Amino acid sequence: MSAFFKLLARNRLALAGLIVMGAVVLLALLTPLLPLANPDVTDLGNRFKPPLSEGALLGTDHLGRDLLSRLMWGTRLSLAVGFAAAIIAATLGAAIGIIAGFYGGRTDNVIMRGVDMLMAFPYILLALAIVAALGPGLLNALIAVAAVNIPFFARNIRGITVGIAHKEFVDAARLCGMTDTRIIVGEVLPNVIPVIVIAMSTTVGWMILETAGLSFLGLGSQPPQADLGSMLGEARSALITNPHTSIVPGAMILVIVMAINLLGDGVRDALDPRLKSGALSRPMPTTRVERGAVPAPKRNALLSVQGLETQFHVKNRIYRAVGGVDLTVEPGECLGLIGESGSGKSVTALSIMGLVASPPGVITGGAVYYKGEDLIGAPYEQLRSLRGRRVAYIFQDPLATLHPLYTVGDQLIEAIRAHHPTPRAEARARAIELLKSVRIPNADQRIDSYPHEMSGGMRQRVGIAMALANDPEVIIADEPTTALDVTVQAQILSLLDDLRRDRGLAIIFITHDFGVVAQLCDRVAVMYAGRIVEEGPTKAILNRPAHPYTAKLMACVPELGQGRRELAAIPGLPPVVDALPQGCAFADRCHKVQDECRIGDIGLRDLPTGTRVRCIAPETTVSEAAL
Amino acid sequence: MTTALAITDLTKDFPVGKRLFGPPRGVVHAVRPVTLDVAEGETLGIVGESGCGKSTLARMLVGLLPPTAGTIKINGQPLDNADPALFGRKIQYVFQDPISSLNPRKTIRQIMEAPLRHLHNMPAADRARRINQIFAAVNLREEFLDRYPHEFSGGQAQRIGIARALAADARIVILDEPVSALDVSVQAQVLNLLADLKGQFGLTYLFISHDLAVVEAVSDRVAVLYFGSVVEVGPATAVFSQPRHPYTKLLAESAPVVGRPLAAPEGRETELPDPLNPPTGCAFRERCSKASAICAQIAPVMTEVADGVSVACHHPLTGPA
Ligand SMILES: Nc1ncnc2c1ncn2[C@@H]1O[C@H](COP(=O)(O)OP(=O)(O)OP(=O)(O)O)[C@@H](O)[C@H]1O
Ligand code: SF4
Ligand code: SF4
Ligand SMILES: [Mg+2]
Repeated sequence: MSAFFKLLARNRLALAGLIVMGAVVLLALLTPLLPLANPDVTDLGNRFKPPLSEGALLGTDHLGRDLLSRLMWGTRLSLAVGFAAAIIAATLGAAIGIIAGFYGGRTDNVIMRGVDMLMAFPYILLALAIVAALGPGLLNALIAVAAVNIPFFARNIRGITVGIAHKEFVDAARLCGMTDTRIIVGEVLPNVIPVIVIAMSTTVGWMILETAGLSFLGLGSQPPQADLGSMLGEARSALITNPHTSIVPGAMILVIVMAINLLGDGVRDALDPRLKSGALSRPMPTTRVERGAVPAPKRNALLSVQGLETQFHVKNRIYRAVGGVDLTVEPGECLGLIGESGSGKSVTALSIMGLVASPPGVITGGAVYYKGEDLIGAPYEQLRSLRGRRVAYIFQDPLATLHPLYTVGDQLIEAIRAHHPTPRAEARARAIELLKSVRIPNADQRIDSYPHEMSGGMRQRVGIAMALANDPEVIIADEPTTALDVTVQAQILSLLDDLRRDRGLAIIFITHDFGVVAQLCDRVAVMYAGRIVEEGPTKAILNRPAHPYTAKLMACVPELGQGRRELAAIPGLPPVVDALPQGCAFADRCHKVQDECRIGDIGLRDLPTGTRVRCIAPETTVSEAAL
Repeated sequence: MTTALAITDLTKDFPVGKRLFGPPRGVVHAVRPVTLDVAEGETLGIVGESGCGKSTLARMLVGLLPPTAGTIKINGQPLDNADPALFGRKIQYVFQDPISSLNPRKTIRQIMEAPLRHLHNMPAADRARRINQIFAAVNLREEFLDRYPHEFSGGQAQRIGIARALAADARIVILDEPVSALDVSVQAQVLNLLADLKGQFGLTYLFISHDLAVVEAVSDRVAVLYFGSVVEVGPATAVFSQPRHPYTKLLAESAPVVGRPLAAPEGRETELPDPLNPPTGCAFRERCSKASAICAQIAPVMTEVADGVSVACHHPLTGPA
């Protein structure tokens, strides 16, 4: 709650709105206590007195009534009616929306068709019709304004409720013996209330205006009772001769609606989690780079990452997602990058082509040499031309890269033509060829399918075809098979293996599965807390893991064919990368930890097995490793 | 050994393309008649690929989905109306996604109290005592009780999910991919905890997973599901090392294993059958190398082929794989 107010207060306009609205509401509440003239007493002798006259600060109207007093009482009434309408509309609308969204199916269908019908009318017409049917009067105007706003709330809330009703915690509540009513009140409602508040804060201003509109037309408050709309209506005939009678209520309406809308937008922004995380701040085309000295290229590899450091700057915290990573790949080679969630595998991969979102991402050190050319900090144009053409990505979720509204063929053709202007027919032939090369059956027909018409395995094959579209030399595959079934995974892995052998592709394959690494990768790098802790030929590492973390991690993973057993677990959790400990990041979970482990930075050291390890007491000693 | 859970011909059809009036456009047989027995104290593993009906089966078993046909008996008593409150005391569920199974706006204490209050009408003092007991059993600190779900890691949240299932005091727990969302190092912690709790509280588990190695490591028996049907049931030690059904063999050979060369064990073009347009006879026949004429005509039924091993296939495999 206090976080909410802080966020709200950060928004200057919303704060101004809050202050103005607070003052108006306070005055409206205090009106009966203030020494004001009776707003309804006519005094025809004192008609149209100008503002600042004796005894009438804002002047008088066409019946000689005190305008200040009428303004105060009118504001009070207009606010009350507007808020009442908003509360009624929100309550009924939310109730309808929650019921429709929670029960779904036929209930939902019937309710929402009804709501659609109401929404099909222009709302002012609908309000007029309601008042016409009920007869003029402030109460009826209130009912009409509330009624025309119910559909808006019902739709919004239904949408949110559908999402919540399918969450697992609702099922869990059922299994805890809670009835539907209890679930709606206890589980769904608390998650919907922020949305209701947002919807109310953005609409209450309109409702005040709508009520004023009806009163202006003489359908709302009846004489002599003052509200802002009826004051405007009565002043209409004297608009030219005595403008102050119109300006006074008009200015008040303007102030109220502006203040409420500014405040409402502020409330929405403060409550909306998407806006909170900065999703609206426009990302830069490439990752921001702020690095000091650039390491010189060490040797002539196809792609070599040197001392890469990538951080996320969120508020006043610094998350060191990647803390100095070195990697190389050669043509035809497959490098496995293995580690637990949050160890920085994806950020490493995305940093290579400057794809980490900025803000909050910043590359703070290191270099990425592609054929001797540094990609970090390269201009956007250059990176764009290399992306896809030389270095291509395959992501875990192919749906994230495929556009749902275009056929896979169109997207492949687009990818081909983005880098090489080709006639469409030729590009299409090439697309079919690509689909065949990733072994999509019936490629000539499948090319016209939409992504959602394909199975997960098929889509991932299309994802690979997209990556291959421009004959890249390096493919960075970020857990491309994690979401797939084992039988499909086996197909995709053998496909990738063939591709690198046939085309000499270099592959960086990110995974958390040792089985996959063992089958596909020539070399493997193990990541922990943003750094590589062990690196070397796959065989050597899998046979004799040298880093205690690698050894423990391998022991955790059950392997098929070993039967029922107790698994070795690693106690504790990986450290959070905004508060990395001194020395070895694994120290708190390591069974071999010594005092030295926690002192200074530990470098990667070469072992005779050809592996490199970041540990002062590796599992395999030099003599052991020589065996 | 007594039977804790007996499922007979449990079936679930989903209408697709529903219209406001009139019959739906088609029917998907998500679970075809499934018959399974689970003995008390046993862990039955259920494996199968995505879309084969694992979660639908599980949701019927806890009353979250009404079955189209078939019966569920717990300790011999039938449970035939889909009322989760009735089921909740006998059979509980641990969800795949630990975070989304906890209401973000409730404290852990409120979450833990729900089953005690609504299923057991327990007074406040007893509730507090019971929660403390359970938290001790799942190695969670009591100070966690006043925090909100987003403050926990996946592994901790899954422990809370398990604690909630324990609070209902059900003897049967369905674990629907309980560790798939967790990291390997945490996965082992949770699997070991589950094994401990099983002994401590005398539980019976149904362990659903797509990870064959995990299933093999925790189960006594394993049932293999394909396209809504059970195609093979047998002891965990035998199912993958000596598969009888061609599909089980395919699964076992597809799992990446350290030390086994990479090979796609089947042609790369195969896909699961279309649920709206299911094949006749054996659903696996288009992917099966042993398919014969009879496979296209008659759907195979479960038959016991060896001690404790049943398989639904006209030409079951023999001998070691
Ligand atoms: N947009 C972001 N803002 C702040 N922190 C981030 C952001 N993206 C990633 N991080 C942090 O960077 C660290 C490394 O994340 P990364 O995604 O590289 O992990 P990973 O090894 O790929 O994990 P997984 O196996 O879950 O994919 C994590 O601590 C993560 O929380
Ligand atoms: S450096 Fe020390 S704490 Fe770190 S892994 Fe090696 S032995 Fe363990
Ligand atoms: S029944 Fe026939 S097609 Fe089906 S798995 Fe057995 S051999 Fe193969
Ligand atoms: Mg990742």
